Amino acid sequence: MLLRALLLCLLPLAAAAETMRMAVTTSFENSGLSEVLLPAIAAETDLDVELVVVGTGQALRLGEAGDVDAVLVHARTAEEAFVAAGHAPHRREIMYNDFVLVGPADDPAGLAEATSATEALARIAAAEVPFVSRGDDSGTHKAELALWEATGLPPEGEWYRPVGAGMGAALNTAVGMGAYVLSDRASWLAFGNTEGMALLFQGDPALFNQYAYLPVDPGKNDDIAGDAAARLEDWLVSERAQSLIDGYRVSGEQLFTFNATR
Amino acid sequence: MGDLLAGLGEALRLIVTLDAELIEITLRSLRVTLTALVIACVIGLPLGGWLAVRRFRLRRAVIATLNALIGLPPVVVGLVVYLLLSRSGPFGVLNLLFTPTAMIIAQVVIITPLVASIAHQAMRDLWSEYHDLLISMNATRGQRILTLLVDGRRALLTAALAGFGRAIGEVGAIMIVGGNIDGATRVLTTAIALETGRGQFALAVGLGLILIGLALVVSWASHWVLRTERQGTW
Amino acid sequence: MVAALPLTLRGATLRRRGRRLVGPVDLTLGPCGVTVAIGPNGSGKTSLLRMMHGLQRVAEGAVDWSLPEAEARQRQAYVFQHPIALRRSVLANLAYPLRLRGVTRAGARAKAEEIAARFDLTAQLGQSAPSLSGGEMQRLALARALITMPEVLFADEPCAALDGAATREIEGHLTAAAASGTRLVMATHDMGQARRIADEVVFLLHGRIHESGPAARFFAGPSTPEAAAFLRGDIVE
Repeated sequence: MLLRALLLCLLPLAAAAETMRMAVTTSFENSGLSEVLLPAIAAETDLDVELVVVGTGQALRLGEAGDVDAVLVHARTAEEAFVAAGHAPHRREIMYNDFVLVGPADDPAGLAEATSATEALARIAAAEVPFVSRGDDSGTHKAELALWEATGLPPEGEWYRPVGAGMGAALNTAVGMGAYVLSDRASWLAFGNTEGMALLFQGDPALFNQYAYLPVDPGKNDDIAGDAAARLEDWLVSERAQSLIDGYRVSGEQLFTFNATR
Repeated sequence: MGDLLAGLGEALRLIVTLDAELIEITLRSLRVTLTALVIACVIGLPLGGWLAVRRFRLRRAVIATLNALIGLPPVVVGLVVYLLLSRSGPFGVLNLLFTPTAMIIAQVVIITPLVASIAHQAMRDLWSEYHDLLISMNATRGQRILTLLVDGRRALLTAALAGFGRAIGEVGAIMIVGGNIDGATRVLTTAIALETGRGQFALAVGLGLILIGLALVVSWASHWVLRTERQGTW
Repeated sequence: MVAALPLTLRGATLRRRGRRLVGPVDLTLGPCGVTVAIGPNGSGKTSLLRMMHGLQRVAEGAVDWSLPEAEARQRQAYVFQHPIALRRSVLANLAYPLRLRGVTRAGARAKAEEIAARFDLTAQLGQSAPSLSGGEMQRLALARALITMPEVLFADEPCAALDGAATREIEGHLTAAAASGTRLVMATHDMGQARRIADEVVFLLHGRIHESGPAARFFAGPSTPEAAAFLRGDIVE
């Protein structure tokens, strides 16, 4: 086994399958879904998909530079701008999960009584209890800002704390400060360090989080694996992918809902 | 406290079961860092010697620059190396981004100033001791530097170990240029960052302990090698 | 073989940060014999030797060998008052000057072993040079200087820190080297040693040559009152 590991290490690209790179968001990677999908993809399409795990902003920049062959993110406005700028021929919706509001279990702002996501945020602002924002231009961050805009309240003040970090780091920070935070459900359920924290608000359709697949324009440079990206797209919208995505459970809960149109 | 103990247990479990993924990322960490270290030493040690031996007008400026570069944030190095190696960057055709080679390049940039600076300090002292003798014996500049490198090898080992320590524990730059791709560019530090992000503290601490252990083993081994070779060579 | 000697100094002056260490010096070193520089502390003996050897550049005047400087440098060696040991074995120290000159490892080793036997260092060959005693260290420095068979050997107070037996040994090696044709230029504050070894004396005072000439005549009756006072053991200012 040691020898095998050594060979793996010395010959990282020796696998027979075709290799392609896809930039995905931290929240997708943290959900653990990739560990179910990638082996199935390798077995059924002979594609070795390497995931470059970054924030949405960086993922789109990697696609723009032609450093990855495809991008799987969740930030509709930015994605549409990406397509409009010609970096990807089209945008394909694959699935959605949803955001949840997480905070200290004693719920000082009373989120449990809110009837909508905007009301929940308004309660946090009114109570001026600490709120951790990703603050990293990620899809989650953009979704959070859109929700704040809907409340009409500017997220400003001592209590509003943009940390400029990934979902996991932001959750860790929120746990440390006893703050509220907007998280995707997957990251929250897979998160190990939940001490004193609880899921306090969920279910508003305004919190739905659409993931879309963007194959990078193969015309950017000769090294972009356009065919592989197309094969991956075909697989991602297949029935097989649907059953894997819909069937994925963390702590007994379904995280993602497949909604691609074939 | 609980997480630390759990981390210790996790580290033991990973080692005892010879976890295949652990072995893979550990070997990759070593391979990337040792390669970067060898390159950094090949550049940095003679550079340090040259700066010790040579007197020229901008010498102080060069040394000050070198010392400032030690403080270069790895993230900045990573970003710059990324922009250079990106397919839309000047060296994009080499197709090195998100490979161990890109990580090695970033680490070389990060540790070469450190290695050169420590080597320079050590060899400056040795040079003040040897100066008259080597001038008297009419040694050429290259011979002077070689003599300092050979006779100052203990101090140079310290320089190399400092470089190793900085490289093996580095995460910011290699995360950007390596991409932390499972099975291709994931190393101990980026795996620790990933597990911390997942809130899997025990696993992260366990990997951290293994990283520290690795650094200790390398340090002990190199001191042992120097001690055994002290006698008998000339 | 064309000789590096005679060496001619004309108005040669050494300065450090503007202060005159030695000079202006006018002196010619002929092809054979032992020249000993004497004088009170601070009179410039060491600086004179360093200037002649080229360890320091003259500020004014000239130090001219009969060969181009690079070639002349290859034919000189220098023994420092405080011997400098390379942090290597005695064997490696002895072989070092030969290795610098491109002699093969095996060739350098053979010569080093040969000279070590002559200087009674065979037992110490494998020892680390910085761990030698003072007498052994100075023997090593002298042997290392002589291994290239230099035409000129500069020795700055080579016995300053040694006891009688060790001094006798070093003097023996120095006179043997002089007898076999090495031109010896030595600085010493030990008048007995100067009398025992010197063919020619250079008496320095305040960085200048105050008096010089054949040793026998100098010691029999110096021509300046300062030299006479110095030989009597008076303090000369």
